[in-house]
Amino acid sequence: MSDISKDLQDQPKFQDEIGSKDQDHHTFELEKPNTLKKIQNFLHGNPTMVPVIILFVSVAAFGLIAGGKFFSAFNLSLIIQQVTIVGILAAAQTLIILTAGIDLSVAAIMVLASVFMGKLSVQMGLPTSFAIMVGMASGAICGYINGWLVTKFRLPPFIVTLGTWNVFFALVIFFSGSQSIRARDIEANAPLLHFFGKSVKVYGAQFTYGSFLMILIFIILWFVLNKTAWGRHVYAVGDDKDAAELSGIRTDRMLLSVYTVAGVILALGAWVSIGRVGSVSPTSFYEGNLDSITAVVIGGTSLFGGRGSIVGALFGALIVGVFSSGLSIAGLDVLWQRFALGCLIIMAVGLDQWIRRISN
Amino acid sequence: MQPVLQAKAINKRYGKVVALDNADLELYKDEVLGVIGDNGAGKSTLIKALCGAVQPDSGEILLDGNKVTFGSPIEARKTGIETVYQNLALSPALTIADNMFLGREIHKKGFMGKFLRFLDQSGMQELARTKLSELGLLTIQNINQQVETLSGGQRQGVAVARAAAFGTKVIIMDEPTAALGVKESRRVLELIVEVKSRGIPIILISHNMPHVFEVSDRIHIHRLGKRLCVINPKDNSMSDAVAYMTGAKEPPTS
Repeated sequence: MSDISKDLQDQPKFQDEIGSKDQDHHTFELEKPNTLKKIQNFLHGNPTMVPVIILFVSVAAFGLIAGGKFFSAFNLSLIIQQVTIVGILAAAQTLIILTAGIDLSVAAIMVLASVFMGKLSVQMGLPTSFAIMVGMASGAICGYINGWLVTKFRLPPFIVTLGTWNVFFALVIFFSGSQSIRARDIEANAPLLHFFGKSVKVYGAQFTYGSFLMILIFIILWFVLNKTAWGRHVYAVGDDKDAAELSGIRTDRMLLSVYTVAGVILALGAWVSIGRVGSVSPTSFYEGNLDSITAVVIGGTSLFGGRGSIVGALFGALIVGVFSSGLSIAGLDVLWQRFALGCLIIMAVGLDQWIRRISN
Repeated sequence: MQPVLQAKAINKRYGKVVALDNADLELYKDEVLGVIGDNGAGKSTLIKALCGAVQPDSGEILLDGNKVTFGSPIEARKTGIETVYQNLALSPALTIADNMFLGREIHKKGFMGKFLRFLDQSGMQELARTKLSELGLLTIQNINQQVETLSGGQRQGVAVARAAAFGTKVIIMDEPTAALGVKESRRVLELIVEVKSRGIPIILISHNMPHVFEVSDRIHIHRLGKRLCVINPKDNSMSDAVAYMTGAKEPPTS
């Protein structure tokens, strides 16, 4: 019986001793942060600043190199037009990547939806609005299938979407008969499909309705991700799925909804893409998967999930657009555009890793 | 006296392994019940059954004398049983306020909240601040700080504050001091006493004998899938407890 009182008496003394040493250790940690540390802290708190800075620096640099040709209102608005589709793909991709997933099938889902829209309205003569609805539904279903495979069978998203990419692409070929639907036929039979290709001119700049829709998608997603419980749960699931589950989030339902919403966004992208390209081609946007991932990564969203912002993806897409436009106006070969883009991706991920190291 | 939370003859098997063999547990009002046991004794399965993470094969759980069954931790939480998990179940990239309300967010009133599902972020921040300062944890200045920028002890504080804010009946803490330094452990032990003084009974699972002996009113010793005995920390030494736990000594018959 006397053991316990002895134990308890010894205990506090023991802890006091350790406590004082522990304190030294803490004062050491509280040393003044140096400039580099401050920058790291700032970027950690404001992850969107990285792509913003890169965008402004690259616009300024190309303005200097390529001069007025690059800096014209027309060219800048052209860049926005050119990144519209990749931007929409990247918006959907961001949702998936925030949940620590990846979607290799984004472009295939989009092209499949556009094939449905074109096929039903132009070749089968059904009402265009009905064809668009079928296209939207196909996007939602494809996204749902991805989400279902990921949650139900616990398969890695990379593998699931690598598989569905091929499946959806095969369906694209099957339904389209590997034939394009010509722009002239669409214009004659289903002009509504070209709606997002229309544009308005402001001071020499030209903005398509599709670009406005892209911006609108980003604004809505920003509000949803930051101001609603669903949005916070997207981050929580990507950050630590087990912790989210224990916090009472139904993570499987959450993931399923994310993949489905991404599918709907991609189907909207399909409609925009018909306006942008003019025709429906089964082989278009073949590199859209990787382009969207590139935009998301350059936009500062972490491939490990839970970190990043939707706006970053827009900046990422714009940076890619600025680089290819600037480099081609500067007269560089396409191969150097790819070279620069590759370097940019590696730099972006390197920077992300550095910023994340703050927690250690 | 009626226990607040009671487990009666709980059984749980994983294939051929018997994790719980007619295990019992009682938690009374105004107490901290320490739960100790050797690795593999089944104490974590017992706790998981109480917090809804594991569904027992047979036996019953009574809350205030009423039979309850939990299909998930969410169902247990709805009855007022909060759990602070060993891994804390926090999302490092989210803010303190986000984490405290994760999975039970407060929506804005009116159209914005009801139809657009907008969150009442300022309201939640205010509540989070109140809860943290009630527990004397407002050394954390910025409620919108990301959890990953906090120290281990501060994170534990956030997890405990979250449990204390929503736990109305029971708080279960699984190894709350395992990952902490000495000073931070001390702070968490103070928190346990603080929460108990607010009238919420606590189940404390820990491997750390001095910590268990310091704050527990009774200690439940688990061995081979069932309760071996319950001892009073004032009448038994830590070495006795270890001896019972490992089977080196026969438990006191009471």
